[in-house]
Amino acid sequence: MMRTFPIGGVHPSDNKKWSSNSAIEQMDLPDVVNVPLSQHIGAPATPKVAKGDKVRVGDLIAEATGFMSANIHAPVSGTVTAVDMQPNGQGLRQMMITIRREGDEWAEGIDRSDTIVENCELTSREIIDRIKAAGIVGMGGATFPTHVKLSIPDGKHAEALIINGVECEPYLTSDYRTMLERGRELIIGTKILMRAVNVGKAYIGVESNKPDAIKHLRSLLDGTEGISVVKLKTKYPQGGEKQLIAAVLGLRVPPPPALPIDVGAVVCNASTAVAVYEAVQKNKPLVERVVTVTGKHMREPKNLLARFGTPVEALVAKCGGLPEGDVRVLNGGPMMGRPLVNLGMPVMKGCSGIVVMSGADALRGRESACIKCAKCVEACPMGLEPYLLSKLSRRKDWESVERGDVVSCIECGSCQYTCPANIPLLDYIRLGKQTVMGIIRTRNAKK
Amino acid sequence: MNTLVFTILTLCVLGVVSALVLYWVAQKFKVEEDPRVDDVEKMLPGANCGGCGFAGCRAFASAMVSSDDISDLYCAVGGADCMKRIADYLGKAAPVKEPLVATVRCGGTCEKRPRTNSYVGASSCAVVSSLYVGETGCAYGCLGYGDCVAACAFDAIRINPETGIAEVDADKCTACGACVKACPKGVIELRKKWPKNRAIYVSCVSRDKGPVVMKACKAGCIGCGKCAKVCEFGAITIENNLAYIDPFKCRLCRKCVNECPTGAIKLVGLAPLPKKTAEPAAAAAPKPAAEKPAAPAANKAAVSAEPETAEKK
Repeated sequence: MMRTFPIGGVHPSDNKKWSSNSAIEQMDLPDVVNVPLSQHIGAPATPKVAKGDKVRVGDLIAEATGFMSANIHAPVSGTVTAVDMQPNGQGLRQMMITIRREGDEWAEGIDRSDTIVENCELTSREIIDRIKAAGIVGMGGATFPTHVKLSIPDGKHAEALIINGVECEPYLTSDYRTMLERGRELIIGTKILMRAVNVGKAYIGVESNKPDAIKHLRSLLDGTEGISVVKLKTKYPQGGEKQLIAAVLGLRVPPPPALPIDVGAVVCNASTAVAVYEAVQKNKPLVERVVTVTGKHMREPKNLLARFGTPVEALVAKCGGLPEGDVRVLNGGPMMGRPLVNLGMPVMKGCSGIVVMSGADALRGRESACIKCAKCVEACPMGLEPYLLSKLSRRKDWESVERGDVVSCIECGSCQYTCPANIPLLDYIRLGKQTVMGIIRTRNAKK
Repeated sequence: MNTLVFTILTLCVLGVVSALVLYWVAQKFKVEEDPRVDDVEKMLPGANCGGCGFAGCRAFASAMVSSDDISDLYCAVGGADCMKRIADYLGKAAPVKEPLVATVRCGGTCEKRPRTNSYVGASSCAVVSSLYVGETGCAYGCLGYGDCVAACAFDAIRINPETGIAEVDADKCTACGACVKACPKGVIELRKKWPKNRAIYVSCVSRDKGPVVMKACKAGCIGCGKCAKVCEFGAITIENNLAYIDPFKCRLCRKCVNECPTGAIKLVGLAPLPKKTAEPAAAAAPKPAAEKPAAPAANKAAVSAEPETAEKK
C-alpha cells in the first residue's frame, strides 16, 4: 500500500496534463527587471546598490538583514535605474531594485557550463555558508531561507532529509520537469544537503501521479546508498511540510512553535535541491527559476526558466497571451495561489507557477449558509475545525480563534475547496491567523 | 396527627434556620457599592458602545463616581449636556470636549477612481485588505465593504451605492469611534464638529507620490502643498505626500479649497469662495458656469443626508 498522510486531504483534479509534457524552455531576457527586496519570509534584504550602478548577473545587489533573511543577486546585467517602491502582484507597493538590461554579462567565478560536478568534500558549515551567500530560499512557495533551515539549533539533531518532489498543487509542473530534466543535479544536491545536516538517510517523496519522475529518479539512484524514492498516494496537500513528514516518516510534528527539526526531519523542495547543487558546485547564485505558465485555455502552456524580475505579463505573452473573457491569473496554483491584479509583477524566488483560470473557473460560487455538514473538518489535514474558526474570525473573537489553534493552519485551502456552500472559509481563517499571530508577537515582545 | 404536627414544625424550623444563614451570608459577603453608580448609569445613554474605552456604560459610571478628576472621562454619545448633568450630580468639574464627528476621508468615487478588477469573495474590508490592494488601484482608500457600517451602533454610517464609499450621517453620529477602529485602512477620523455640520477636510489618505495617486484616482491628494501655502492659520501640514488639515486650527476660511488642483479638499455645508480668474473681463460670464458644478457637489452631501433623516424619522 502506498503511503500518505493520515488525516484530511482532498482530491482536486490535478490538471497537470496541460504543461507536463513541455520541456523547460529558456525565457527571453527582459529589458527591464524589478527585483523585490522581500522575496522570502523574514526581514527584507538591504540594498547594496544605488541608482546608476552597473551590475553583472550574479552580483550581490541586496544583502540579508539579520538572521531570517536572504541575499538577492542581480538577475540581469545592466544599470540600476531605481531603488524605489513598485506595485507587487497584489497591487501593494514594496521596495524593488529596477535594472535596465544591457547584454548578458555574468559575474566572475560562476560556472555556467553543463558539466556535472559530482564530488563535494566541503564541511557542513562551508556548505551552509555557500547556500546563504547564494540567497537560496525554499522554492516550493513558502520561501523559508534554506540556510536557516539547515542551521540546526543546539540540542537538536536531524535524522532524515526529505526532498519534496510531491508538487501536490494542481496545474503546476515546474518541480516535475526539474526532476525529469535535472535529476542528476537533484541527486547531487540531495547528497550535499545530507552532508550539510549530517544525516545518512534521505527520501525523495513523489506522488503516484508522476510515475515518469519516480522511474527516472530510481534509475539514476541505482545503487546509491542512503537515498530512496518514496512513492506516495496522490492526495492534496501532501506537499505540505508536515503532511510529507507524516507520509514519509510516519511522524507528527507538534503544533507551532515546534518545527520539523523537533522530530528530526529536514524537508527541502526538489527545485531547492537543484539550486543548492548550483550554488555549492557551480558557485551560481539564485537568479532564475522554472515557472509553469498554464491554464485550460492557454494557447501554449509552458515551463519557462525565467530570471527573477521578469514581468509575469511577458511570461503569459510567451505562452500565447491571456484567453478571452473572464480570467483570474494566479501566482501559484489554484489551491494556495494568490490572484494577481498587477501582471507587471516580477517573477520571484517563490513563484512556482502562473495559472490562468478562465471562464467559469475564474469565478467563485455564490456563498450560502453553512449546513454543518462538517466536510471541512474532514478535509482539514491539520485536524482543525475550519467552519468554527472562520465564524469566530468573522465575529472578531480572537481569543477563541487562538484557542482553536488557528496558528496550526497551513492555509492549504482544502476546507474552502470542499465546502458545498462556497463559504470563503480560508479568507476568514487567514485573517484570523494574521491577527492572532500579531497578538502573539506583541504578547511575546512584552515579556 | 402527630406526624402532621411534626412535619410542619420541622419545616418551620428549617425555614427559620435557612433564613438566618442567608441573612448572615448576605451581611458577611455584601458588596459595598456606591448607590450613585446606579444613578449615573441611568443618566448615561445606555448604548454600551465602548466608545469611552470602558467595557460598557456601568463600568464607565463607576469610573466616573470613583475618580476625583473626571476630566479625562468623556461619553461622546451623551455629549456635553449629559456630561454636565452627571458632573453636577457628582459635584465634580464637568469634562469639556469639543463635539466630534466621524469623517470618511476618501473621495475615490466609482467615477473618480476606476475599478481595475472585480473581487469575488468574503465581503469584508478586513479580509480584502489582508488579501490585496482592493478593486481599485489605490492602496489607501475606502474599500466599500462596510466593516464600519457593521460596527456602528447608531445607524449613522452607510455605503453609498452610487459612490461605493462610506458616508456618515453627521446628525446621527455620536463620535464613539467604533468605525475608526473597524476600518482597516484608517480612512475614518474623528474631527471637530462645526455648527450646521460644516466641514473642511482633505478627503484622501493616500501616502503615495503624486503621479501614482493621479493614476489610481482623480480625486486624490498629490501632496503638492498649495493648500499649506495659502493657509493663514498654519492648520495644514504636508507629510508623506499627504496634506492634513488640523481640525482645531482650521477656521473654515475656505481658501485652501480653491487651491487644490484635484479637488481633494472637501467643503461641506458652505459655499466655496468665488474663484479668482486671471481675466476680469471674462470672469463675469463663465463664473456662474464654473461655480455650478462645484456648488451642487458641496451641497449634495448636506442635501442627501437630509431626506434620509426625514425618512427614518
